[in-house]
Amino acid sequence: MIHALDEAAERLGLHIGQPLANARAMCPDLKVFDADVVADAKTLSDIADWCDRFTPLVALDAPHGLFLDITGCAHLFGGEAALLQTLVRALGRQGFVVSAAIAGTSVCARTLTRQAAGSIVADGGEAAAIDRFPVSALGADEAITTGLRRAGLKTIGDVASRTPSEITARFGARFSTLLAHALGQGDAPISPRKPLPDYIVEKRFAEPIATDTMIAMTLSRLANTLIVAMEKQGKGARRLEAAFFRTDGVVRAITVETGRPVTRSAVIDRLFRERLDALADPLDPGFGFDMVRLSASRTEIVVQEQRDLDAHIHDNDELAALIDRIAARIGGKRVVVHLPQDTHIPEQAVLAAPAQHHLAAAVQAEWPARAESEPPLRPLRLFDQPEPVSVPFATVPDGPPHQFTWRRAKHAVVRVEGPERIAMEWWRQDGKQLTRDYFRIEDAEGLRFWIFRDGLYEGEVFDADGEPAPPRWYVHGLFA
Amino acid sequence: MSGARMSALATLRSQIERIETAEVVHHHDRVALGHGEVDRALKGGLARAAIHEVFCEGRQGAAATGFVTGLAGRVTTQRPLLWVRQDFSQIETGALSMSGLAELGLDPRRVVMVRAADVESALRTSADALACDALGAVVLELWGETRQFDLVASRKLTLAAQGSGVTGLLLRMAAQPLPSTAETRWMLRAAHSPPGSAWSAWGAPRFDVELLRNRHGPCGRWIMEWKCDECQFSEPSAYPQPVAATPAHRPDPAVLQQRRAG
Repeated sequence: MIHALDEAAERLGLHIGQPLANARAMCPDLKVFDADVVADAKTLSDIADWCDRFTPLVALDAPHGLFLDITGCAHLFGGEAALLQTLVRALGRQGFVVSAAIAGTSVCARTLTRQAAGSIVADGGEAAAIDRFPVSALGADEAITTGLRRAGLKTIGDVASRTPSEITARFGARFSTLLAHALGQGDAPISPRKPLPDYIVEKRFAEPIATDTMIAMTLSRLANTLIVAMEKQGKGARRLEAAFFRTDGVVRAITVETGRPVTRSAVIDRLFRERLDALADPLDPGFGFDMVRLSASRTEIVVQEQRDLDAHIHDNDELAALIDRIAARIGGKRVVVHLPQDTHIPEQAVLAAPAQHHLAAAVQAEWPARAESEPPLRPLRLFDQPEPVSVPFATVPDGPPHQFTWRRAKHAVVRVEGPERIAMEWWRQDGKQLTRDYFRIEDAEGLRFWIFRDGLYEGEVFDADGEPAPPRWYVHGLFA
Repeated sequence: MSGARMSALATLRSQIERIETAEVVHHHDRVALGHGEVDRALKGGLARAAIHEVFCEGRQGAAATGFVTGLAGRVTTQRPLLWVRQDFSQIETGALSMSGLAELGLDPRRVVMVRAADVESALRTSADALACDALGAVVLELWGETRQFDLVASRKLTLAAQGSGVTGLLLRMAAQPLPSTAETRWMLRAAHSPPGSAWSAWGAPRFDVELLRNRHGPCGRWIMEWKCDECQFSEPSAYPQPVAATPAHRPDPAVLQQRRAG
């Protein structure tokens, strides 16, 4: 089946959806390549990245269309006609066949690209511009297009001449909305790929830049401009994105997040330096970047605090800044603070949460108070997965082991405290969970273990035949 | 001796003096650990703004962690503690449990954990963190021998600690002590609970602590106990004999005596 074809093939009368055997019969020396939908989507998204240089509002129109909302952007490129020409030429140079058009509504512009690429339609002129095009240009479902043709409505003008109620009754509300949009009556909002950042600053270069120093200098200048713009409105950035547009069309975006709003350009500078430094695949300038853009995609209102008198606040700020720097370097999920959870199950009692977002919550968390004058009841080191140990014999029914083997080493039990019975939370979990009896054990060397028996003796554990089986033992943690 | 030589010598002398006094200035801030003999050997306590290394064998990891936690608890005093660890050590000895930390008398709210993937990023993160004066202490936990942690890396950490006044604690599990710029170097083993009736409960955490290197005092070996309620170390309580039984792999007591004297 033919998935896509070029102009020459189209001239031969081949069409999309035609079985390959038929096509080969019409044209024996047809060149065929396997369709790769994923690669096509990737290419489209790369082109969309590249189009970010014209406007931040770029939407995908799968399978091979893009919508650019150029409201308020066109004058930056010398007007709509110049913008259209620049875009088509630049993409053409990269080997793509482009048909583009500008119109007041997205659907109208799409219709134009199919029949009259390169045209620019002013507001109000939509209906006149498209009324002589065939109905297939609207891009409605195949069934609707065929239906329209069968009803004798060959052009969009024919369809537009009917009353909307007739069209809705015959072809559905969706099609009549589509038609209205194409004729410039109302507009469907496009859904941009990325949320519109709150602040954008960018720098274009006549001569592409490639050296690290130039990149760093550009970033710090952009950071200054961005900070000035945000300061006017009392805002600070929580998430920043630097996009590097390479001359050959590749766009690389790098994001840093912060725990609290950033209001100083030196901080932005440092965060990006850390991030660029630690990139697994370093920024590859190729033949150079011809544009660098810095945007603040999440901002917050900054509350000004009295700093100098309170050293405590200063410390908190410093700590937050340090966490941001480490997170920029090794990733936000790798810097964590701990929040106590309301559960008895040891491995779920503490939640590790990213420090950037939960620092304040962690500082105010209520931890259960420890029992005075008791030795530690919980181990200092806890295994994520309890490790099985072999216990040759233990006191039954619920006594401790006398000796056990863990990681190929034998340990003789000298001291024992327990059992501490921890029942699983049947009201939260599905499936049968076994009751655990925990023992705190010291061996002959003075090493201290937290060992549990998974399941009650002769009560919970059964083998394949339904007979009671000996429960298994695990090391769950190590005491100091 | 010619005048030029004399003046060169004088310049060098003054330079050395400056370096030495700089060290003295940095090292006067000490925190008593609570164990009398240890504090005497350390000239008043553990020096802040310096690096301290704690070594142990692989299976003694939890005991060494307990000791480092104790040291961190002594030096931080209400300031945040940054704990940097390598992914591998969590697999080997388990993750540091905040419930266990709270049981030892420390405040888990002040602990920020950094889960570094490898030694390099752990070292880099700790050097960065040691330069941040808002912290009370930075713990760097590494597992096994590492090529990356050489004298240069060690010097970097020491300089960062001196500059900011933050104490750096290195927990080196399953590693051999090597020369470094650390202020003190310790070898840790778990100690037995005080003798009592067999199969009876244990008491507070106990450590068999060997001070292998001390820049400004003697070395030695002691049994230390951690008091969870007071958050400090102490002499072992109710302990009739010095060490219950010296296992064969430990050094001869006579050697220890010598080392303590020297």
